[in-house]
Amino acid sequence: MRVSALALLLWCLPGWGASPVDVYAFPDAEAEARFRALIAEFRCPKCLNTNLAGSDAPIAQDLRAAVHRLVVREGLSDAEVRDYLQARYGDFVLYDPPLKAATLLLWGGPILFVLAGLGLIAWRLMHQRSAQLSDADQARLAKILDDA
Amino acid sequence: MNRIGLFAPLALFAVVLAIGYFGFQLDDPHRLPSALIGKPFPDFAAERLDGEAGGLVRRADLLGSPVLVNVWATWCPTCKAEHDELLRIRSRAPVRIIGINYKDDPVKARRWLAEYGDPYELNLIDADGALGVELGVYGAPETFLLNAGGDVVFKQVGAIDEQIWQQEIAPRLAAMGVPVADGEARIDAG
Repeated sequence: MRVSALALLLWCLPGWGASPVDVYAFPDAEAEARFRALIAEFRCPKCLNTNLAGSDAPIAQDLRAAVHRLVVREGLSDAEVRDYLQARYGDFVLYDPPLKAATLLLWGGPILFVLAGLGLIAWRLMHQRSAQLSDADQARLAKILDDA
Repeated sequence: MNRIGLFAPLALFAVVLAIGYFGFQLDDPHRLPSALIGKPFPDFAAERLDGEAGGLVRRADLLGSPVLVNVWATWCPTCKAEHDELLRIRSRAPVRIIGINYKDDPVKARRWLAEYGDPYELNLIDADGALGVELGVYGAPETFLLNAGGDVVFKQVGAIDEQIWQQEIAPRLAAMGVPVADGEARIDAG
């Protein structure tokens, strides 16, 4: 009886009853912070619009384990971890895609829109100036107003 | 400004809307192009599923002739659907088929092969998915086609079916000098 009560108490302790999903050990707080930042940075290959940190997909669990291994055991830098994942899963896993021929429209698109907007404004201003009344029209307008 | 000109912004808006509507349908957003296409299959060392002696299987064991590397598992229903197609390919073309038993129970995997037939020359065990990460695998089934030099020529995510075989794999095998029995395929399909 006492043993089972003890077991129940132990089970209630934080961590004992919790599921053992993703329990990672870190040598220091800095490594943990880097790990958290990295898994928040990558996109899960299986699920759109979810990062590695927020996904329950098996592949996301595997990749979290891989990032943990690279950061803690192999001591890779953030840039090396990025290269590692990009070499295997391509640009798909990056939320911050690199500038290259295939992504030129993505990066240049906003600039194109700004230029188009500026062009539109310039065109409107010039159009307005040409729409100002000539001297003859002004005289006619004054006459009409006088008559009224 | 004339009256028709007043509709210009609306027309522009409609164009943007149309580009968005059709543009997002052009490409499957789930499509993840393999980063390995045209690159060498990574180095690896893995145990054999059949437990046969001879040590670990390495990348060098895949070289010499074109090979299909098929990632599968017994927990994956699509792999069951793909299995018959792999058996057909086995009977149709003299291409090596190497299996990677992905995050699976070896006992179940061996039972599966005994029960449904074994299209594989040999199977590797990837118990924790680490080899899968090296390959950029994110589910099962996935299949890589390697040339004799061990470069990845093609990757199929999802099951290989008759259409994928006819359109993607058989022509590539033929180009690499593998005799593909086309006639047999039609008899099978009929």
